[in-house]
Amino acid sequence: MPTPRSTALVDHSFVPTRAKLIEVAAFLDRVERYGAADDFRCEALRRAAKVLVDGKPARARRILEQLSDPSTKPDRVSSGKAALGAWQKPAKR
Amino acid sequence: MRYIEPHGHMVSRTTDDYQAMVTAGCAAVCEPAFWAGFDRSSADGFRDYFRQLTDYEPARAAKFLLPHFSWLCINPKEAEDLALAADVLAMIPEFLAKPNVLGIGEIGLNRNTRNELKVLEDHVALAVKHDQLILVHTPHLEDKLKGTRLILDLLASHRGVKPGRVIIDHVEEHTVQLVLDRGFWAGITLYPDSKSSPPRAVDMLETSGHDRIWLNSACDWGVSDPLAVPKTAFEMRRRGHSAEFVDQVLYQNPVRFLSQCPKFRLPPT
Repeated sequence: MPTPRSTALVDHSFVPTRAKLIEVAAFLDRVERYGAADDFRCEALRRAAKVLVDGKPARARRILEQLSDPSTKPDRVSSGKAALGAWQKPAKR
Repeated sequence: MRYIEPHGHMVSRTTDDYQAMVTAGCAAVCEPAFWAGFDRSSADGFRDYFRQLTDYEPARAAKFLLPHFSWLCINPKEAEDLALAADVLAMIPEFLAKPNVLGIGEIGLNRNTRNELKVLEDHVALAVKHDQLILVHTPHLEDKLKGTRLILDLLASHRGVKPGRVIIDHVEEHTVQLVLDRGFWAGITLYPDSKSSPPRAVDMLETSGHDRIWLNSACDWGVSDPLAVPKTAFEMRRRGHSAEFVDQVLYQNPVRFLSQCPKFRLPPT
């Protein structure tokens, strides 16, 4: 792996990354304002955001794992063509 | 710079895209069979699609001097209908001898259902029977990790599958190592809003190795960028990776995997 100046890496990535973080913050404010903060996807996003500041490595991998379906058996039927982005525990029947 | 676009749904793209890709250094494009955005109503719809992939689209690409290859299957998004899937699977061998067909793909899972798994199993058996390369789609978002594990277990349980002849696509940080550790090739898909971005793709190359990985745009009718692969070359160079590193990942790696099919031949550069 090359060793670019660490400041160069920050120079070209900091502002775009800062913008994405503010987008996350604004999204969480917005869903509160619209009364949608308890949507399971918003809750999952807030839980995942804690990984950003826990001081441990592999944050991207751990956030993806946290948002994933933890079950291991194939589903009996499809719940629709599209995934939703966060896993929701199925309601008990 | 030269690169291969190993996964592009070109039937959904314009001739402007072909021109832009060739201008950026694209040396070949490979097109896996895909979902049209709606479910086809019969196997005849697939017959027409396979004709498009094996006759019409290579001719359209040739107008831009771009070699075009294809993969055939019924996509996992349409695999819930077992009767339709059986009809399509029975038709695929008719097209395997076409000069631009590289193998079976993109097969895999979408919502990780029993029916999808059954159709995947049938595709794998077909590929093994006809000695075809395999291109596997892994599910989206929250379904990817579970689906990747199910796919890896299914492939491992089939004695005729050679991992070096299978590429498992759309890996992300939580699945790339699972795939590589089992001996398969891994594909990283560069999308604006999902899958991977160019910086994350380069992160994965830096942390998981780059021997058995290719990059693709998977450009289709949705939000996607047919120039995502060459744009990732820029991210590599900006971080200080050499031109040789870029060439290996974007050109030599896909050529090495795809050349396992004797029909994958490129004109001399």
